[in-house]
Amino acid sequence: MPFQLTVSPDFTPDHISGWYIFNTWLQKALDEGVHLELYNNFNDQRSAIQSDQVDLIYANPYDAAMLVREKGFLPVARPGGVADEAIIAVRDDSSTQVVEDLSSGIRIAATDDPDVNLMCAIMLEPAELNAENTQREEKESYPLVAKAVIQGQVDLGFFLAEAFNSLSGVTRKQLRPLVTSQIHIIHHALLVGPKLAHRQQQLSELLAGMSEDPKGSGVLQSLGFDSWVKVEEEEMEFMIDLMDTLTYQPA
Amino acid sequence: MHDMNPDDIVGEYREHTLTFQDGTSRHVLVTDIESPYPDGRLIVSRTDPAGIITQVNHSFVEMAVYSEEELLGQPHHILRHPDMPPAAFKDLWDTVQKGEKWHGYVKNLRKDGGFYWVLATVIPNVRNGKITGYTSVRRKPARRKVEECIKTYPTLF
Repeated sequence: MPFQLTVSPDFTPDHISGWYIFNTWLQKALDEGVHLELYNNFNDQRSAIQSDQVDLIYANPYDAAMLVREKGFLPVARPGGVADEAIIAVRDDSSTQVVEDLSSGIRIAATDDPDVNLMCAIMLEPAELNAENTQREEKESYPLVAKAVIQGQVDLGFFLAEAFNSLSGVTRKQLRPLVTSQIHIIHHALLVGPKLAHRQQQLSELLAGMSEDPKGSGVLQSLGFDSWVKVEEEEMEFMIDLMDTLTYQPA
Repeated sequence: MHDMNPDDIVGEYREHTLTFQDGTSRHVLVTDIESPYPDGRLIVSRTDPAGIITQVNHSFVEMAVYSEEELLGQPHHILRHPDMPPAAFKDLWDTVQKGEKWHGYVKNLRKDGGFYWVLATVIPNVRNGKITGYTSVRRKPARRKVEECIKTYPTLF
């Protein structure tokens, strides 16, 4: 039975082939069979994790607590120079200039990306907006979130900053970032499950050396990363604690 | 911890002496100048179990005006503002030492005598069943909540 690698469903569609290329590199590096399984959404991926089907995961930080503290996953690496940041955007001609201009009852378009939705919810708190006094419409992708904002179906959209910046120029021109997170310390990470725990150290070292290897750097390029950086267990625990503080919603 | 230095203060100031839970005291200088909390930021710090600062992020340094070197190794109450009721910090310590999260609106004192309001969450760092320190994460508070605190905090002394 090969091991299973999966990727947080919020990866940029341009990088699907990159993950297949990475999986091929990984199998050679570990000399193990690894099957890449891409789930359509976070719920399907979490079900697979709960039934212990997943052995390696490029995980969304929101799921890190569950993976590390409940399922015994260990951190391996994170992409270098990349952090998860979020953008709340309105239509370019919107009269809203700052978050505090917003009031209860607003309509929001968002994907099911849990860390982006959490960061954006926090950026709405200064206007005392929360899940109870706003209406959320879930969209399958960030371009669909953008479309809903541009067509006036909603008042604002929640975006992963990277996804917002990858929208076409025509689309971006019709949107205006209202607030952009500058958190810097929330990031996706590659984790190994209990069945591969004995390869954690080796894998960390192999990944850290990828950017210096001509073949490895090509693989990184296809993923859109500059490098992999080793993640120590305490660094992972720190991010989990930080995410835990963010789940608090003021009354 | 050093007393505040008049040379660091921007604007007219008042003088106070704060006495902390550990019995130490500090002469502080405060002005009425508020610094708005920047949008989209989190102010993050960590302390050891005794409340000594071990890590701060860039936003912490920027808002507190102290350099990272000045902050590391200092007690977290270097930010204590005399308008904050001591009962709030007793509640904070009682809560986190039980292993629970604490939330509250806090008026913090800057090195330049000014202040900034935050919504703070403090979480114990539990490793192998033991509290090894605390992580504090502050975010931008709603102004209406701050106005409520401005009214109620003076009644808690």
